Amino acid sequence: MARWRPDILESETTPEALWLRRRDFLMLGAAGALSLAWPERTAAAAAPSGAALPIARRAELAGGEASTPWDDVTSYNNFYEFGTDKSDPVQRAGSLRPRPWTVTIDGEVKKPLTLDIDALIKRFPLEERVYRMRCVEAWSMVIPWVGFPLGDLLRQVEPTSKAKFVAFQTLLDPAQLPGQRRAVLDWPYVEGLRIDEATHPLTLLAVGLYGRVLPGQNGAPLRLVVPWKYGFKGVKSIVRITLTEKQPPTSWSRLAPSEYGFYGNVDPAVDHPRWSQARERRIGEFLKRKTLPFNGYGEVASLYAGLDPRKLY
Amino acid sequence: MVSGPARSRLIKVGGWVVALAPLTLLVADTLRHRLGANPIEAVLNRLGFWTLTFLALSLLPTPLRSWTGLAWPLRLRRLLGVTAFSYAALHFTWYLGVDQFFDLQAIGADIVKRPFITVGFATLLLLLPLAVTSTDGWVRRLGFARWKALHRLAYAAALLGVVHFAWRVKADRLKPTIFAVVIGVLLLARLAARLRTGPQRT
Repeated sequence: MARWRPDILESETTPEALWLRRRDFLMLGAAGALSLAWPERTAAAAAPSGAALPIARRAELAGGEASTPWDDVTSYNNFYEFGTDKSDPVQRAGSLRPRPWTVTIDGEVKKPLTLDIDALIKRFPLEERVYRMRCVEAWSMVIPWVGFPLGDLLRQVEPTSKAKFVAFQTLLDPAQLPGQRRAVLDWPYVEGLRIDEATHPLTLLAVGLYGRVLPGQNGAPLRLVVPWKYGFKGVKSIVRITLTEKQPPTSWSRLAPSEYGFYGNVDPAVDHPRWSQARERRIGEFLKRKTLPFNGYGEVASLYAGLDPRKLY
Repeated sequence: MVSGPARSRLIKVGGWVVALAPLTLLVADTLRHRLGANPIEAVLNRLGFWTLTFLALSLLPTPLRSWTGLAWPLRLRRLLGVTAFSYAALHFTWYLGVDQFFDLQAIGADIVKRPFITVGFATLLLLLPLAVTSTDGWVRRLGFARWKALHRLAYAAALLGVVHFAWRVKADRLKPTIFAVVIGVLLLARLAARLRTGPQRT
């Protein structure tokens, strides 16, 4: 007599933990039904475009989650230098000329540098890093960046003993960045990190996306990526990196100090004054998911030992 | 020239077309994936935008008549007002059932703790009795004077709606400012007319 065998694999059944959380399970079912009702994307997703970059190493650091499609990563952007709507950057990025581009690294360093972006990129083997990106507006993506650790660059310029912070500055040129014609923020956009945050191995200077040269709307040709901080810390189209003794000003905290601090660390327990940070919508998903402390990069927690987490927003 | 009843019908049909056009476009854009990477947010924002737009439009006919003598838009006030409430109700329903997916705890916390959501919710609550009493039957039941006094809540709703929008945006206050100016002008025009001629009969 033939033995009855299940025709589905154990891995295809509902995980026990989920099964036991009946209410969540029912909600998921209802959400699934709703997302089926939501029109499927029929148009074929656009393939990544732009010049390919040589990649020496790859690191998947988003818990194995699928990357957000190229189309979404390059068409839904906060880059106020092109306009304040999410669709403005992709529509207007054509005015940005990311080559030739000069970057200056100066301030409290023994070997200041001013060099062309391509000369800068050639100094380092490029790595692909797949990171979660959590926006302060409670949405998130998974993005395969290409770049090199900021720490590697900082070691080459040899910070002095007075170097306690790193300040970053975006290009100021309303002809290339037409959003700068309106004083929505105090241009140019400036950001900053503590030196130990800047030299943390997770902190990346990105020059590409999906193996391709960074598109204008994503901050070409050079942008900062700090995966445990809200997206606004990721200053785009960088022209100057200055090491400083004093904490540098940052654009959003200058505009609204009660809403944005210097740190901008992702923390589900510390709400933005106008909305909760407990959950986030991963682009492409229906249900919101729980936000993770430090956006899931808990290894950086030791940088903040002894500091009040309520002051690290 | 079109005859009286035909003209009247034309105005009504035109009003309905204007009222339903944004919703039709929204559905079409949804089906054609024209809402970008975050369609849930896009729908929510568009419904909010049209609520404010129809609130402003519903406040237009009265001052328009005093500026231009044009009387026919007065016949569209009810439709415009009910449309504003409908977009507000859709906006709230979308927030409740899709954006937050019935997470009543989170919604309750939002309404209590987030001033911009508190104000948005208050706007909806102000519009609700206006929508309910928008029928001829309710005008009779309340008596015109009381009905009219009640429907002055529309002014407060429009102002609160603009505050809701202004408190939500992060940095760029341009769009809320445009709404504030338009609604401000419409309300000041009423006030000016009232100061000039005393209470108006409509």
